[in-house]
Amino acid sequence: MAERSFVEEVKKLRLGAGEVFSGEGILAVTKALLESGVAYVAGYQGAPISHLMDVLADAQDILTDHGIRFENSASEATAAATLAASVNYPLRGAVTFKATVGTNVASDALANLASGGVLGGALIIVGEDYGEGSSIMQERSHAFAMKSQMWLLDPRPNLPCIVQAVKDGFDLSEASSTPVMLQLRIRACHVHGQFVASDNRKSAFTLQQALAEPQRDVNRIVLPPASFLHEKEKVEQRWPAAVRFIQERQLNEFFAEDADDVGVVVQGGTYNTLIRALNHLGLADVYGESQLPLYVMNVAYPLVDAEFERFCQGKRAILVLEEGQPNFVEQNVADILRRLGSTTTLHGKDLLPLAGEYNTATLLKGLTAFLQQYGKLAPEPKARKMIPLVAAPAATSAELAANVHARPPGFCTGCPERPIFTAMKLVERELGPHHVTADIGCHLFSILPPFNIGATTMGYGLGAASAAAFNVPGGRRAISVMGDGGFWHNGLTSGIANAVFNRSDNLTIVVDNSYTSATGGQDILSSKALNATRSTGHAIEQAVRGVGVRWVRTLKRTYDLKAMTATLREALTTKEKGPKVLVAQSECMLNKQRREKPQVRKAVAAGQRVVRERFGVDPDTCTGDHSCIRLSGCPSLTIKPNPDPLRTDPVAAVQDSCVGCGLCGEVSHAAVLCPSFYRAEIVTNPTRGDRLRQRVRQAVIGWLQRRDAQRRAQLAF
Amino acid sequence: MSVQQPIKIAILAMGGEGGGVLADWIVDLGEHQGWHAQTTSVPGVAQRTGATIYYVELLPPAPQPTTRQPVLALMPMPGDVDVVLCSELMEAGRAVQRGLVTPQRTTLITSTHRVYAIAEKAAMGDGRVNDEVLVQHAREAAQKLVSFDMARTAEESGSVISAVLFGALCGVGALPFSRADFEATIERGGVGVKPSLKAFGRGCQAALGQDAPAAEPAATVPTPAPQTAAVAALLQRVEREHRPACQHVVREGVRRLIDYQDTAYAALYLDRLAALVRQAGADEDTLVRETARHLALWMSYEDTIRVADLKTRDSRFQRVQGEVRAKADQQLHINEFMHPRIEEVCETLPAALGRWLARPHALHRLVARFTREGRVIRTSSLRGFALLWLLSRWRVARRSTLRYVQENQRIEHWVQRVQALAASHPALALEVARLQRLVKGYGDTHARGLRNYQTLLGVLDRHGATLAPAQLARLRDAALADEHGKALQAALQQQALHA
Repeated sequence: MAERSFVEEVKKLRLGAGEVFSGEGILAVTKALLESGVAYVAGYQGAPISHLMDVLADAQDILTDHGIRFENSASEATAAATLAASVNYPLRGAVTFKATVGTNVASDALANLASGGVLGGALIIVGEDYGEGSSIMQERSHAFAMKSQMWLLDPRPNLPCIVQAVKDGFDLSEASSTPVMLQLRIRACHVHGQFVASDNRKSAFTLQQALAEPQRDVNRIVLPPASFLHEKEKVEQRWPAAVRFIQERQLNEFFAEDADDVGVVVQGGTYNTLIRALNHLGLADVYGESQLPLYVMNVAYPLVDAEFERFCQGKRAILVLEEGQPNFVEQNVADILRRLGSTTTLHGKDLLPLAGEYNTATLLKGLTAFLQQYGKLAPEPKARKMIPLVAAPAATSAELAANVHARPPGFCTGCPERPIFTAMKLVERELGPHHVTADIGCHLFSILPPFNIGATTMGYGLGAASAAAFNVPGGRRAISVMGDGGFWHNGLTSGIANAVFNRSDNLTIVVDNSYTSATGGQDILSSKALNATRSTGHAIEQAVRGVGVRWVRTLKRTYDLKAMTATLREALTTKEKGPKVLVAQSECMLNKQRREKPQVRKAVAAGQRVVRERFGVDPDTCTGDHSCIRLSGCPSLTIKPNPDPLRTDPVAAVQDSCVGCGLCGEVSHAAVLCPSFYRAEIVTNPTRGDRLRQRVRQAVIGWLQRRDAQRRAQLAF
Repeated sequence: MSVQQPIKIAILAMGGEGGGVLADWIVDLGEHQGWHAQTTSVPGVAQRTGATIYYVELLPPAPQPTTRQPVLALMPMPGDVDVVLCSELMEAGRAVQRGLVTPQRTTLITSTHRVYAIAEKAAMGDGRVNDEVLVQHAREAAQKLVSFDMARTAEESGSVISAVLFGALCGVGALPFSRADFEATIERGGVGVKPSLKAFGRGCQAALGQDAPAAEPAATVPTPAPQTAAVAALLQRVEREHRPACQHVVREGVRRLIDYQDTAYAALYLDRLAALVRQAGADEDTLVRETARHLALWMSYEDTIRVADLKTRDSRFQRVQGEVRAKADQQLHINEFMHPRIEEVCETLPAALGRWLARPHALHRLVARFTREGRVIRTSSLRGFALLWLLSRWRVARRSTLRYVQENQRIEHWVQRVQALAASHPALALEVARLQRLVKGYGDTHARGLRNYQTLLGVLDRHGATLAPAQLARLRDAALADEHGKALQAALQQQALHA
């Protein structure tokens, strides 16, 4: 069950010609796929393209209507290999994943695909997670396009352009027999806008037809001598074909081409930011009307020499705006200009930062330097009156900085992963610190306070693999953490099977919360949910035993801190040789709440007896040490001013958002913290028996309490 | 070239707070009036309680027909934002820090409530940042500031902060749309419309200034009204023996110790303070006040009797009822998480018996085995209540318990140290008094605190009056910096005090 339901959005996928689609960028891409007549779609979820996958998952009926095969691929490599269907048949296919992590995983399949080339249009939609708010290492997909010679589209970030890019991408792919990558930056994926829809198209050729009459062409297979020919074909046929197509279809755009003797070259994805920067300089209006010549490359790779020749005609200088490094585009432009013997001066990273996101302020600075150099702006430009960039005085900003803390994402309220790390902290107290390798997933939040657990993260599913070297006699065992998502993505083989084969002695904890939670709660093989279109319920323990692990423990309730610490202790101290695997199971609380809340509401409305549990802290026994918070970090476990007139340290407090997961109580028991925690059970619609018992209790307890209260009242003042 | 400019709106929120809903409302509001509206954000993992920014641009319809579509930006630029909406006070500080709020043009709308960051929550003492600083910077940075506790407003109207923020955005008049337009937007959303509209209305009013919260009434101290002669005598002693500036704290101490034990115990408290006052200079109010506060806290150390007493009170039952929002037609059960170890058992017994049981022998091992694990006691059941209630009655014998004997010794020792320094070195005496703050909590936490306290007393013993008060204060802060005592060790080494 995905985090969001897209029932409303799915309706938009049925819009016909002339109707206006209004919504997010990535959903527009989904509609564009249907309008392009795809025969199959595959992918692996991850920000920012998860919604594409989730919408398609909710749109099974539309997909069936159009005869489209939709796969939730096991990994990005699987997704990329799925495009093999377009090698021998005129079938259009699209795959999607997060870049550059997904591109990395997929690169073997992509390279093979690009080598042999395609017959049907093959589109790789990558969500480029670069810049502020990114959760991955900062690299670009551009290098993958270059090395495998696939074409890379980077359209202007508005819905009509994005939709057009999808359609152009298929055409370009077919025209040049080459797979095409469509790069969408994270904000473009989530941008809200509108476009005029076209009718959806069914694929003229079907998957059934392909299976009925299988085709093969040994020249398309990556095997010598064909593979040597592929390389030649790429540069002699496919590349020129692509360049021709790009020019004929005018995929790249020229604005105000002859307005001045200097100009700016920009990739489509950065266009809006450039216009805003020019707007601040008084050189463009909000409709993109520019006084400076612009060459907008909606195709980021390959570059079109002739178009550069055209743009540089009569220009003293051009500025290439290229985010990230290395500066592939700028180098390429330098090469083009040199070969042309052009006298146009080239600027780029000499005026702009080598690394980091190009936001408006950065572009503004670079543009200003460029325009000043060519006398287009006065050294102290008057135009800058519009942007009062006042630097705060250092003293006040230091004072503010001391009072504004970073607020990184963390485990949700009641998250079942938190007790695993609490247990690790507790075991660490007994056995000393262990080397811990982390993975990708929600559990990676354990590297942050309050847990501070984990030393490296090498990639999705590579938690166990990254402890491989730490296998020496007499050493303290290394601990690896891996999510169920990473486990099925590749961790079973790269981590577990590898550990078996290499006779590892380490411990791997597999966090099994029934979903790939970090990417939005999609189902996977080990999901407990019954999914109408996927096969679930495949136990991780069975898979682990299947590859030869002997020491496997499955804990069905991560909140059981006692069992968790005991199992960890055993895993770290047992004499038994070989890899140890601990499967820690409890359902993702975010998904569980989403599932159960409506049911509870219904039961309450129907008059059934419902018990809600939540925790609380007695402020008069809490002494304000906050050990509980350091061992939990739950968002609903917080602090509040001490009501005691004699104390100053804030006391712990539980907010009403508490879901009663039980960890607070377990922690206070296991760590012998304090007696301040209580668990309240609130019974809605109590039965007659409940009410009777309550009356008896109240009579006795109430009587005693009143007596005590009277005594205290007498001594009060 | 068109001179039109969009209205630029940044929303700073934490994941799960409805920042996305708010952004969507603003877009829908604009589009319904025929404006161009664009929003974008970086949700990703930020939705899991991390801080994130939603950005909206609104452009009125073009004055002349144009074939070109507007080109709107996807992220806010420092110095170029018209309205900043923050769901929490520290996020407002972040907006100011990022330069999104400028005095020339930015309207800053923020809730003043706090959602504490993990570093603030996890500190061993008080790690909270200064809210005043945040408000001050927000006020200085913004052209116009609208700030009030929106969490409370949302809570009172049974809705969420985003609705209150939307109301405040309407009330502040930064957008050229009518209140009816705003409300129609919420109605079109179709989810939780009624409470959202209520919260919206409250937010709108607050921003208009019609609902400006009256200044907090100054807390009036009620005149003490003792019911019994013994209590009255104690209160008279407070007035007689202490300067007015100290009386309030001392009186609270007396109240605490009567509640903790009895009037005689409170008298002992006053005796100890009187001895200090005799030593201290006439104007050492801070020393007396702080000692009075810490002495009351130490003398009301949390033993099993005290915990049982506090847990079984009727006022506590009522507090829990309110805190968990149990309604009258619902039933409430309270389960306590207790972990009495053999140490606590021994401490609760009469001193001699307790000492004997603490020694390793068969009975010790037996009791130890039975107290290895924590217990859940249901105070709202007859059995659970009876157990705790009886334990609280053991108060009559508290002075004979092992814990009392131990604590009393420590208190005496500490009070004497403070007294001894009071005349010659009052600033150091004050820091010694404040060392009590280290000794808190239960079980391991208490043992750790006590260990740190004793370490610092050792330092005091070795270096005596040559120790600067600020040095001792730094050591105390270091002791509260981490659980493993690393900061304290480092501080001791740094100051070369580990002789």
